Amino acid sequence: MAGRRFVEPGVKTRRFDALIVGGGGAGLRAALQLARSDYKVAVVSKVFPTRSHTVSAQGGITAALANVDDDRWEWHMYDTVKGGDWLGDQDAIEFMCREAVTAVYELEHMGLPFSRLDNGKIYQRPFGGQSKNFGGDQATRTCAAADRTGHALLHTLYQQNIACRTQFFDEYFALDLLRDAEGYCLGIAAMSIGTGEPLLIEARTTLLATGGAGRVFWNSSNAMINTGDGLGMVLRAGLPLQDMEFWQFHPTGIAGVGCLITEGVRGEGGYLLNGNGERFMERYAPHAKDLASRDVVARAIAIEIAEGRGCGPASPQRGGGYVHLKLDHLGEKTIAEKLPGIRDLAIRFAGVDPVEKPIPVAPTAHYMMGGIPTNLYGQVVAPARFGPEEPVPGLYAVGECACVSVHGANRLGGNSLLDLIVFGRAAGRHMQEYLRDNPYPRPLPGDAAEASLARLRRWDRAGGERVAAISDDLRHLMQGHAGVFRTDAVLREGLENLNELEGRLARAGLQDTSRIFNTARIEALELENLMGVARATLVSAIGRTESRGAHTREDFPVRDDERWLKHTLYSRAGDHVDTKPVRLKPLTVESIRPQEREY
Amino acid sequence: MKFRLYRYNPESGKQPYMQDVELDIDPAGRMLLDALLAIKARDETLSLRRSCREGVCGSDAMNVNGRNRLACITPLGELSEPIEIRPLPGLPVIRDLIVDMEPFYRQYRSIKPWLINDDPVPETERPQSPEDRALLDGAYECILCACCTTACPSFWWNPDKFVGPAGLLQAYRFIADSRDEAMAARLDNLEDPYRLYRCRGIMNCVDACPKGLNPTEAIGRIKALLVKRRV
Repeated sequence: MAGRRFVEPGVKTRRFDALIVGGGGAGLRAALQLARSDYKVAVVSKVFPTRSHTVSAQGGITAALANVDDDRWEWHMYDTVKGGDWLGDQDAIEFMCREAVTAVYELEHMGLPFSRLDNGKIYQRPFGGQSKNFGGDQATRTCAAADRTGHALLHTLYQQNIACRTQFFDEYFALDLLRDAEGYCLGIAAMSIGTGEPLLIEARTTLLATGGAGRVFWNSSNAMINTGDGLGMVLRAGLPLQDMEFWQFHPTGIAGVGCLITEGVRGEGGYLLNGNGERFMERYAPHAKDLASRDVVARAIAIEIAEGRGCGPASPQRGGGYVHLKLDHLGEKTIAEKLPGIRDLAIRFAGVDPVEKPIPVAPTAHYMMGGIPTNLYGQVVAPARFGPEEPVPGLYAVGECACVSVHGANRLGGNSLLDLIVFGRAAGRHMQEYLRDNPYPRPLPGDAAEASLARLRRWDRAGGERVAAISDDLRHLMQGHAGVFRTDAVLREGLENLNELEGRLARAGLQDTSRIFNTARIEALELENLMGVARATLVSAIGRTESRGAHTREDFPVRDDERWLKHTLYSRAGDHVDTKPVRLKPLTVESIRPQEREY
Repeated sequence: MKFRLYRYNPESGKQPYMQDVELDIDPAGRMLLDALLAIKARDETLSLRRSCREGVCGSDAMNVNGRNRLACITPLGELSEPIEIRPLPGLPVIRDLIVDMEPFYRQYRSIKPWLINDDPVPETERPQSPEDRALLDGAYECILCACCTTACPSFWWNPDKFVGPAGLLQAYRFIADSRDEAMAARLDNLEDPYRLYRCRGIMNCVDACPKGLNPTEAIGRIKALLVKRRV
């Protein structure tokens, strides 16, 4: 198709060099890198950027600064490989742990209000899965701004972007990628939430930083906006998703509510007690105890509750049992200085003041280890003509929506904010190279936006089924069929139920077809994305017949390196699951060979 | 429970009105946002912003029984019925509980809310003592929900000229930061009968802040610095 045609009369178009989809930590870090160059960069976000879910991160960002105790990035790397149960790609992990130190200093220089040690250096606290000397004593590696590190980080990055005059499209909803016949990404189709009008945003290079999809579970620590929009866009474009069976259940969500209580509580010396008042983590992880990695602690809590050693009566309010997180022994002063936000949340949502009483906690869906497969530079990769991994020209992804993969089968606390910053910066740098190498915009095919405009129009149609009801049922389905413990039969039943839900979604319609700030329409579009995420999760989880990290199969209880030391790649066409090898070779250091994982 | 909701749909051609709604909900352990979402599940035309549902993102600020609050951390049981819910006052209403926040954001941007330090960048962190860092407590935690600024009559009258409590609190956050080098320019930017001095110290902002912050105190400190540099 040569030359430019009118896409559709009346559809507005804007043009930029680079486009960032998502205004959280990853998107804003990448945008900043580009905004400081001479390129024109735009950020599209469905919420005002500081409402993004990065704001909820509490405990901190991990980097081997060695401000409190001996530390080296190599130890951080070892912990990350082990924490991810050897599924993480070691080249990406080395890159992240190396770059961590400068990336954190850079945040400090931008003004992030880190808490401080007496010598004026950045405060660091111990976190789960951290060790010195490759599996030795507990390390102290997570840099914190009290228990509001995500808030401090997101606001700092937003402020820097204002200073650089980044162009923001706030409250625009991204619909689909725009691509040409050769597969180049040429921007996105979006919709202004405020007016309901579609808008095409053309850019020579596009970065997806759309965050996670934790709202696919009923009990979730995630913000209501975490609906996997970028993942839906990628699936609709016919591209695969990687490792989607791996979901992290955070051990300490407020029971029955799901709001997060940071691992930093245990880092500062808090611990878990079961209904008998026993420090049960000593049985599951004799060495690291309460600071074992999250999958280990979450499983332990789930077992305690299932075997009748939970606290309190099983009630619908508390989700049928919980354990206690005790921190009153830390004293009011430490809690006020280091964990003020936690105290606030516990008082509001659990009705207990942690200065006096333990907080009732239970595992809550928290983080998606899988996502859009990328390489070290954030380029989206997909199987193509010449092999299993070729960059999709012009398209990048970073942050929770991406799978680079540094978190493997289980993410360590404090590595999420780090992932955003390190790979946001790396992608921003690489996008500049891409812009240099591809100086001219490619023509947008006339029909590039047709499918997404049709998808928009589809929601003008009436229908009997209600979006809110399907959405609730989906979240219950995933909670019941893809939770902490999984079996083939339960997963397959979940998939059958999902087919039924998809049928209902096809018959659904909106009561409200107005244009201006129609949030019902947005929720319908979000549900379409969540459906894709649920399907990818169930199909990938059925495929992986082993237990690794956060994916626990009761019918396949052990890790099977011979068959499964590899990534899954889910494609929507035919619900196909392919695999690709884990990159065990780091960039410069020796490979960390798979071992038995003990804490 | 009984609710009275402010409703406005600009496409309907109708004037805004108050809608009486009854909802069967047990208030124990529930927040106002839970009730509004239950109402929306029944009537999806009701529009509001929401995201984190734990009081850190600042999306769901609204006027509840006459007071600006975040719906997600307002316990239902605390509210007297009928619970009257209106959009934040003093900003143009777009639809239902959604207001145009741009006048608020513009004032935030006007105080140059970023750290200014032109020294060569050190290889490690810029040191800051715990005491200096403590000066930022009570200021950096702002979530930009606009509860305070839209509770301030001075902002209602002069939204284009008065920075408002949220913006001034952020101005103080940078003035107080030992790493920032632009105090003089920041004070110049505020030394104006409208931008700063429209604050009459009535402390509506303190009463409204859902995070327990005290913009009035920060404004007082800025005024004190201005006095000090004049003498």
